[in-house]
Amino acid sequence: MTYIRSKFRHPGLPKNELGYTTQEYEGAISTLCAGCGHDSISGSIIQACYELSIAPHRIAKLSGIGCSSKTPTYFLGNSHGFNSVHGRMPSVATGANMANRDLVYMGVSGDGDTASIGMGQFVHVIRRNLNMVYIVMNNGCYGLTKGQDSATADEGSKSKKGVANPFQPIDLAGLALELGATFVAQSFSGDKEQLIPLIKAAIDHPGFAFINVISPCVTFNNNPGSTKSYDYVREHMEATGTTDFVPEKREITTSYEKGSGTDIQMHDGTYIRLEKLAATRDPFDRLGAINALQNSRNHNEILTGLLYVEPKTSDLHEIIQTSDRPLNSLRQDELCPGTLALADINQDYR
Amino acid sequence: MKPTDEKNPEYFHKVVDCQYACPAHTPVPEYIRLVAAGKYTEAYMINWESNVFPGILGRTCDRPCEPACRRGRIEEEPVAICRLKRVAADNKHDVRSLMPRVPFEKNGKRIALIGGGPASLTVARDLAPLGYEIHLYDEQDAGGGMMRTQIPSFRLPLEVLNEEVDYVLDMGIHTQFKTYVSSLQEILDKNYDVVFVGTGAPRGRDLVIPGRKEGAVNIHIGVDWLTSVAFEHTNKIGKKVIVLGGGNTAMDCCRTSRRLGGEEVKVVVRSPFKEMKASPWEKEDALHEDILIMDNHVPKKFVIENGRLIGMTFDKVHPVINEKGKRELVPTGEPEVFIEADDVLVAIGLENSFPWIEKETGIEFDNWGMPVVDAVTFQSSNPKVFFGGDAAFGPKNVITAVAHGHQAAISINLYCEEKTLTERPAPFTNLVSQKMGIHEWSYDSDVVNDLRFAVPHADKKASLSDRKMEVELGFDIQTAIKEAHRCLNCDVQTVFEKDKCIECDACMDICPTACITFTMNGDEEDLRTRLKAPSLNLSQDLYISGTLPTSRVMVKDEDVCLHCGLCAERCPTSAWDMQQFLYKVTKAC
Ligand SMILES: Cc1cc2nc3c(=O)[nH]c(=O)nc-3n(C[C@H](O)[C@H](O)[C@H](O)COP(=O)(O)OP(=O)(O)OC[C@H]3O[C@@H](n4cnc5c(N)ncnc54)[C@H](O)[C@@H]3O)c2cc1C
Ligand SMILES: Cc1ncc(C[n+]2csc(CCOP(=O)(O)OP(=O)(O)O)c2C)c(N)n1
Ligand code: SF4
Ligand code: SF4
Ligand code: SF4
Ligand SMILES: [Mg+2]
Repeated sequence: MTYIRSKFRHPGLPKNELGYTTQEYEGAISTLCAGCGHDSISGSIIQACYELSIAPHRIAKLSGIGCSSKTPTYFLGNSHGFNSVHGRMPSVATGANMANRDLVYMGVSGDGDTASIGMGQFVHVIRRNLNMVYIVMNNGCYGLTKGQDSATADEGSKSKKGVANPFQPIDLAGLALELGATFVAQSFSGDKEQLIPLIKAAIDHPGFAFINVISPCVTFNNNPGSTKSYDYVREHMEATGTTDFVPEKREITTSYEKGSGTDIQMHDGTYIRLEKLAATRDPFDRLGAINALQNSRNHNEILTGLLYVEPKTSDLHEIIQTSDRPLNSLRQDELCPGTLALADINQDYR
Repeated sequence: MKPTDEKNPEYFHKVVDCQYACPAHTPVPEYIRLVAAGKYTEAYMINWESNVFPGILGRTCDRPCEPACRRGRIEEEPVAICRLKRVAADNKHDVRSLMPRVPFEKNGKRIALIGGGPASLTVARDLAPLGYEIHLYDEQDAGGGMMRTQIPSFRLPLEVLNEEVDYVLDMGIHTQFKTYVSSLQEILDKNYDVVFVGTGAPRGRDLVIPGRKEGAVNIHIGVDWLTSVAFEHTNKIGKKVIVLGGGNTAMDCCRTSRRLGGEEVKVVVRSPFKEMKASPWEKEDALHEDILIMDNHVPKKFVIENGRLIGMTFDKVHPVINEKGKRELVPTGEPEVFIEADDVLVAIGLENSFPWIEKETGIEFDNWGMPVVDAVTFQSSNPKVFFGGDAAFGPKNVITAVAHGHQAAISINLYCEEKTLTERPAPFTNLVSQKMGIHEWSYDSDVVNDLRFAVPHADKKASLSDRKMEVELGFDIQTAIKEAHRCLNCDVQTVFEKDKCIECDACMDICPTACITFTMNGDEEDLRTRLKAPSLNLSQDLYISGTLPTSRVMVKDEDVCLHCGLCAERCPTSAWDMQQFLYKVTKAC
């Protein structure tokens, strides 16, 4: 591994609204295996944040443990970060979000980190509709610990040693839909054209936004017979439609064939545009999404794209009616009303 | 676009910007690596084979390679390619033993070279080892042409010049110095198999305006004056000097004047400063020696008082863009300017002149008085007579003369062997993987951030008092090595093997300069709009793969590739490899 990446960049790199190039959104040079899908997802996160012109210090990256959870080191080097314990990213994210609701929370996890050890935390953070992006870099194995089958490995999928997995997989997107997630998407690390707009839309979504990204582990799970290899995923990918995220807060005037596209207006006036959406698909129909997902699984297809969105949704802060000001900016006297107020409250119960 | 044909040697050659721009196609990065490794002799020989005069060129070359250098597109300044050549020359060990031997037994063919400049010397260097008997005629006392008569010693010390001229002359060349050839026919009558004309562009243009005749004693043609200084016939000049002209001759004239007693030396030029023909570094050096450069002044007359030149008058002009979009120099209407002078040097251009070539020789001339010469073979309309250097297509520079010489030598050899001159030998090429391990290359792949290092100069006072003292001191070894590391190894090519690619995007994600894109194919104009970074430098090629399984293609814009090898290191299947491309122009010998 060359641990040096030249500081020189293309001299003509375009700048975003903040005057930054993608360079300001990069992280340290990756130490993952050459060709790991996770690196591509890092690249997409960099591009999405750059395109949205988010000031890097307005983003917090959170992760658990795993190759996937290492990636925050390799993107957004100028942002906040917390690399937590295995499977515990959601609770750290919840704490951070409660303390400061003004940041963009970018959670990154693996299939092991989420579907095994972190399952309990995962389901509860969905339930609570915490305003965050939750990306699972799903490679069907525990990459960091040398490639054991994970809970998302498909039944019958072969490991590098040729052994078929005997267990049913957990379908994370299906689970998220089931639990009432307000934004559910599925994608592939090798399809940036689809993934970047999805990440942008997820960042913009005011509640819990889940993206399950199939991300091949080149070292332990890219062999023939694996259902998470580059070749297999490419052959079995089925897109719901082409997604585009339109950040401008204005009416969409560009024309495209009627009936071939749907514009979803988001809470803040931005749009997600779904072009060439399969005729049978309605992005607001949770049940339809669950069905479509099951159907494609039955056909050995991987359904990708935006599966479901509930654009106007109430996140955890709204549900529990926290103060508008971030908790971390409240002074002690505002947070703690004092003994007299306590005495008053207690009086009510007497 | 069609997939790139890597078998075409010119594709990768073009990626090596410096080598491609060098008229003699010197393998620049190869010698820079050798300099960095302390292998000066080897670095010298790589140069010598390509350009014959590494020590001379390492000081005086016009360096067309440097504006072409990739580094200049990535940060502020190109690699100091030229001065690293000098480092090789200054630090080499014995090189004579590495040069081709001249056979005792000759091949029976006799060649006459007219003029002893770099073009003729290159022909001699290439043909003598093949057994040709070579006769060189030059009107001067010694060989080297304008490298001796024009380039002043403070830029090119005599020892350096003599050493490299002698490497060639010592190959058994029969020299006839102090011999002006006044008739080509006479030479042809001596039954040479071939005559090569390398007589340069020897005549300095004069400026005929009022007062020219009356002031003649103190008005000198720049090139003639420099020759006379070089041969020590002239050793002083007046205190106040005007140099007319804005090219490199003007720069050498003014700087030489400063060394021969000129105290107030002014270069007066018609065009605006930034349009002057002189190289930027020569202008800098002149300014550093307290020479005033007055631009936008058109000479009007030489002013004579009591039969002596006392100065000149000029009209002031300024550049204006006319309706046709051309820049014109228009009088400003200000009163004329008088500038005092004891001596004036006229350095307003060079001309070819061939009064010694008779019509009967069968050599055709065009409307501008230039011989009709084939641009590839250098043959004239008399099949026995070849031209090269400044004599062929007008005044250029040493490295161009050398490049001509090599090509003319190939032609002469083919001609003598009665072969077709247009069937030129293909270049020698070689492409070798640099892979040593998963993350290890046999070249220094990391890219340093250093900006260009400056070459130290001798103390100004000392150098102005000694015409022969070299101004530039050359890099010390430590600095040379640092400067050498700035080179991006553009000859280590990124070679892509489509069938190995699994389209994981790793190369695209890691590339620091966003060179690589996977996208649908299209025509070039369209593709350039769809790349990861703006693709505006049309002079740089796009490297295109065949169609990949996702029906996309890999497109690499060669423009700002750092040759850092990260794409190849991040590729899990070695679809990318870093391979060193050696390209050598095939010579007659
Ligand atoms: C002042 C000045 C400075 C220059 N500085 C540089 C520089 O720094 N770097 C650079 O690359 N180039 C420089 N040049 C240009 C460079 O010197 C020439 O382009 C180059 O020398 C041309 O080489 P050549 O072999 O064609 O002929 P020349 O070098 O011109 O040699 C021709 C020789 O032929 C002789 N000759 C001509 N006619 C006859 C005849 N009839 N009989 C016998 N002998 C004859 C001449 O005396 C001369 O010796 C400079 C030129 C000038 C004028
Ligand atoms: C509490 C705890 N249990 C077990 C581990 C060992 N461990 C490290 S990474 C990992 C699995 C990671 O898998 P996944 O989240 O899919 O990440 P990947 O490496 O595949 O990207 C495990 C079990 C640990 N670090 N901490
Ligand atoms: S082990 Fe697998 S998941 Fe981990 S870095 Fe390597 S390829 Fe990526
Ligand atoms: S960086 Fe080196 S190889 Fe590339 S053009 Fe410049 S000198 Fe030549
Ligand atoms: S060598 Fe490869 S990674 Fe490095 S700049 Fe060139 S294309 Fe990019
Ligand atoms: Mg995993």
